[in-house]
Amino acid sequence: MLSRVGDRIYWMSRFMERAENMARILGVTSNVVLCSTPETQQQNLLAPLTITGTTGAFFERHEVISLPSLIDFMGLDADNPSSIYGCLKQARDNAHAVRWQITSEMWETLNTTWIDMRAFGRELLSSPDATRFFDWVKERSHLFRGVTYGTIMRGEAFNFSRLGTFIERADATARILDVKYHILLPRVEDVGGALDYYQWAALLKSVSSFETYRIIYRDQIRPINVAELLILDRRMPRSLAACLEQIDQALSRVEGQNDHSAKRLSAELQARLVHGDIEEIFRDGLHEYLTDFLQDMGELGQRIQRAYLGAL
Amino acid sequence: MYDEMYDAEGQARRHYEALGQWLASLPPALLEEKRREADLLFHRVGITFALYGDEEGTERLIPFDTIPRIIPDAEWQFLCRGLVQRVTALNRFLHDIYHSQEILRAGVIPAEHVLTHEAYQVAMIGVDVPNQVYCHIAGIDIVRDGRGEYYVLEDNLRTPSGVSYMLENRRMMMRLFPELFEHYNVHPVEHYPQLLLETLRACSPHGMRDPVVVVLTPGQYNSAYFEHAFLAQQMGVELVEAVDLFTKDGHIYMHTTSGDQRVDVIYRRIDDAFLDPLAFREDSTLGVPGLLACYRAGNVAIANAIGTGVADDKSMYAFVPEMIRFYLGEEPLLRNVPTWQLRKPEDLRYALDHLPELVFKEVQGSGGYGMMIGPIATPAERDDFRRRIESNPANYIAQPTLSLSTCPTFVEQGIAPRHLDLRPFVLSGREVRLVPGGLTRVALKEGSLVVNSSQGGGTKDTWVVA
Repeated sequence: MLSRVGDRIYWMSRFMERAENMARILGVTSNVVLCSTPETQQQNLLAPLTITGTTGAFFERHEVISLPSLIDFMGLDADNPSSIYGCLKQARDNAHAVRWQITSEMWETLNTTWIDMRAFGRELLSSPDATRFFDWVKERSHLFRGVTYGTIMRGEAFNFSRLGTFIERADATARILDVKYHILLPRVEDVGGALDYYQWAALLKSVSSFETYRIIYRDQIRPINVAELLILDRRMPRSLAACLEQIDQALSRVEGQNDHSAKRLSAELQARLVHGDIEEIFRDGLHEYLTDFLQDMGELGQRIQRAYLGAL
Repeated sequence: MYDEMYDAEGQARRHYEALGQWLASLPPALLEEKRREADLLFHRVGITFALYGDEEGTERLIPFDTIPRIIPDAEWQFLCRGLVQRVTALNRFLHDIYHSQEILRAGVIPAEHVLTHEAYQVAMIGVDVPNQVYCHIAGIDIVRDGRGEYYVLEDNLRTPSGVSYMLENRRMMMRLFPELFEHYNVHPVEHYPQLLLETLRACSPHGMRDPVVVVLTPGQYNSAYFEHAFLAQQMGVELVEAVDLFTKDGHIYMHTTSGDQRVDVIYRRIDDAFLDPLAFREDSTLGVPGLLACYRAGNVAIANAIGTGVADDKSMYAFVPEMIRFYLGEEPLLRNVPTWQLRKPEDLRYALDHLPELVFKEVQGSGGYGMMIGPIATPAERDDFRRRIESNPANYIAQPTLSLSTCPTFVEQGIAPRHLDLRPFVLSGREVRLVPGGLTRVALKEGSLVVNSSQGGGTKDTWVVA
């Protein structure tokens, strides 16, 4: 497969996954903000900006932060490349450039999503419509992933699409956990204690793991269990371990004698998660652990880009 | 006026009889319904073309007409022989003018006319191309006059397009009207991509057995991008852009996810001027720096060859019958439309005196741009064109206004005759071949003689029937 084509397919999938994660973050923020105290409200509103590294860009456009202005900026803003609008546009543009190398169903899914996205207006900044919008984004992302899985030939296009999806997802889960943990757990001695139930439930819901948590732990929500579930549990499809498993599988199917540094790093990261221990992670510091992980993911992304997809 | 379907008495010609009966038996609403279905299908597959000068870069459908154009086998056999003869001579001519130039030394064509031609590529002098074939894919435009005689209107030897519509139109007809194919034994065209691939493989450098073939496109914003992607997909080869290719040790390679892969044959859909910024236009971002050097070294084949444009402009056209006589020692089977070359003073005088009767075309023009049809032009348009001709006569030719043949066509008012032409695609590999048929283009406006899609023309499926 041409490197340029692989690159487009990889980013097409990354941007679609990014749109979904953005919708998840915004959806949960909307819920949390409604039931938080004035002092935590500000923190919760700022969290999505911290997660996506767009705090500066936000305050260039808005003087104060409020739920509608946050949804406007992260959902609809055409000038913000990491808004849902921006992600869906970039997913569609990447697909357009390779529409003859992906299946027509994939192309039609992304094209229709983009056409529908443009029809949404600022009226959805009011909360019931906003929730419907976030649900719609998640559904379109689920649909795209299902259509891809169900129609595309098992070859390099499939491999690079999977890589894009799971690298983006691992990145998002790590960021959400890092930022939320920081807000919910200011003091180290609270680890293991029961905290604000609603806040923790919201965090779990943002990564679709509330029900899974219940099944696995049958217990009240404890921070250390939440972290273990989202980092180390391969059964939870948005956990870091599950993502790395998919990344490693996809990379091992990529053919050719290119430099193996990406394959080596992904195998290393996966092994570290398989053999990871949550107590140890907490001893060394969760924040430090996640910071290292995000750095490693950045490095992995760059190595994939270099080895297979061409310089950007 | 010659109608493809009806003779002077209004009777359907024999090869149109079954179609006529079938049309008469159809409820009128059905044809409209089928047309809407065709539009929908074409849109969904993305068979669209981009229009130059259209700010939004919107994609449009080329209107598809559901009534086929039918050519009896005997007529096709004649056309086929004429086309093979013509393209063979054109390839001989191209080889000659880049080697010993015998036709110029014999005085058949004025040497300065060829050697100073804008599309004559000095870089190609003395370069040997595989099988001495320059023009691997030719699109020859054919029309019929008022008596039904076939004429060649134009040779397209650079990067002729439209073959994807020939293939998709057939697929659409078989899908919409399968019952119609029970009445006719229609020769298939579906094997064109296979023939094209064989043609491209036949020009592999150093006669290698299993060359890597690619289609080189300017990219997704080109008006014919759909066709480039379609052909690459149908042949099972990579569709590459300039950024995918690079030169190394005198060869062309492409960047792939499994490493660098050598490319042996390039079916390019980019004009000469943009192919290699080191050799031609240096501002080209569509080309591959160093491509010409690899090509001249014989390490990569390019189809069509560089420098074919010198043989296909409208002023060289007049000499093609002479080329056939000179190289093949045969009389041309297909006629040329009489052409006045306005660079000749006596031709210029005649043409300006008869301006309202003639068609005027720019020598390098294509796509229906830069032309004027005397009989239908307004006085202001005629005056404007007269001034343009007088300021640069050599840039124009004139031809009599042919009353192109018509064929029943489904238009808003119902079924009515509309003018059409025919573009068969001639493939030159180790031998010269073509699939039975071509692209029939039809002018949808009443009385219009301009069939180009950029000017509102449509297309029809073309049937060669036994």
